[in-house]
Amino acid sequence: MDWFSHAENTKPLGLLIFFITFCLIVYWVYGSKKRSKILEDHKNIPFLDDDEVKDKSNG
Amino acid sequence: MSATKVAAVEQYDYDIIKKFSVMAIVWAVVGMFAGVYIASELAWPFLNFDSPYLSFGRFRPVHTGAVIFGFGGSALFATSYYIVQRTCQTRLFAPGLATFTFWGWQAVIVLAALSYVTGFSQGREYAEMEWPIDLLILVVWVAYGAVFIGTLMQRKQPHIYVANWFYLSFILVTALLHTFNNIAIPVNLFSMKSYSLFSGAQDAMTQWWYGHNAVGFFLTAAFLGMMYYFVPKHAGRPVYSYRLSIVHFWALSFMYMWVGTHHLHWTALPDWASTLGATFSIMLLLPSWGGMINGIMTLSGAWDKLRTDPIMRFMIVALSFYGMSTFEGPLMSLKDVNALSHYTDWTVGHVHSGALGWVAMISFGSLYHMIPKLWNTQMYSVRLINAHFWLATIGTLLYITAMWISGISQGLMWRAFDDFGNLQYSFVESVAAMHPFYAMRAIGGMFFLTGMLLMAYNVFATIRQGVRAAESSQSRPAVAATA
Repeated sequence: MDWFSHAENTKPLGLLIFFITFCLIVYWVYGSKKRSKILEDHKNIPFLDDDEVKDKSNG
Repeated sequence: MSATKVAAVEQYDYDIIKKFSVMAIVWAVVGMFAGVYIASELAWPFLNFDSPYLSFGRFRPVHTGAVIFGFGGSALFATSYYIVQRTCQTRLFAPGLATFTFWGWQAVIVLAALSYVTGFSQGREYAEMEWPIDLLILVVWVAYGAVFIGTLMQRKQPHIYVANWFYLSFILVTALLHTFNNIAIPVNLFSMKSYSLFSGAQDAMTQWWYGHNAVGFFLTAAFLGMMYYFVPKHAGRPVYSYRLSIVHFWALSFMYMWVGTHHLHWTALPDWASTLGATFSIMLLLPSWGGMINGIMTLSGAWDKLRTDPIMRFMIVALSFYGMSTFEGPLMSLKDVNALSHYTDWTVGHVHSGALGWVAMISFGSLYHMIPKLWNTQMYSVRLINAHFWLATIGTLLYITAMWISGISQGLMWRAFDDFGNLQYSFVESVAAMHPFYAMRAIGGMFFLTGMLLMAYNVFATIRQGVRAAESSQSRPAVAATA
């Protein structure tokens, strides 16, 4: 536990944790075709309660 | 009037959004007028009239407070309440609390402006409000967070649309920044004066941790929320890539927090801290441009809308300025470039390319889209929107060009040495050399303000038209019944 009390240890550790978390998010977003399709479907949410003509050609 | 339009007006709580939209326009006019006035004071100093109440030092925070928190803040309250309801397909949580946020926020802007003019300021840039006003902001902000999060929690749509993520990060981070930047001890309970808990380099670092993250989360993340809803909505096409918007969000959130120290290069701050700030500033270029490309490419296949629709033009030009200022920012954070640019008008030009070009223009586009829907009518005049667009664009270009020339000239004059190693120019010589550019900047501001006045008139006429149409449609059935 003493190791954690030194800022010179915990700062790079924090950076590593954030970096790995970010890499995992990118993998989660782009890593699966099935998930990609589900995520891309969310782009139509602003049009769900719409009374106007829709054009869903993007993506 | 179609049945779906009537349903939308009744389904959602639009009253609070209408109030905030109107006040966004009012504060834009007030704040931009104050900006033009102080720019004119710098060009033609007789405008100070030897009065402390009209001096640049007191009026400058009136300008920044009115445009950032009055105009920008009210536009964000309005659009966030609109977007969260429409994308969650539910009404606002605790409408009474939402009404409190309106009156509380307007009180903050008025009290802050009055306190600056009468000489009260805690001397922290973009956070000049003294401690009693800071406490009021805290209460209003907690209420805002409760309304927004409460609305998200009662959503009928399972997924939370990405625009709401940006708004939520803006609400959470602004609360964090405001609290820690304003930790101060009042002199006594009945005094406006207080002293910061921090001192020296720590105080400066806290200030710029606040200052740059206010840019990052108040003036960027929140307006990106606006962009991710209104650009697709107005274009009638979904956002180019939803996955890119997710990566954009997380990359901004991870990186922005670190960059504030690039405001303190070549100062008493430890060198490693300012190098860290510069490094993250460079890395920030990637998500910023990813987001810009995502926004602009939403129009892919429908570029003709840019020729015919001035509202779309406002939005796409806003994204272009977003791209330009997020390129310029990392460039200026490099230590060698900063050695020339810091303390000069280049910084002022950079801020305004973001503030006028990005923040104001995306707000104009969004308000022009939203206001007719709130009052269930069409915009009164598309020609006036077009005229506003050109006045705003020319004004912004005049402003930033003047400040680039002025800033780079200042930097070069301040660092010039003669053959004997003495400074080549006195400070006052550099001030005199700036005069034509200060006049050009004031004229650029006048263009922008004129466009804003056109918008205010156009919005007023649109609202009047909407109210009259609503009154006549209400009276028609009564007439029919009596006939």
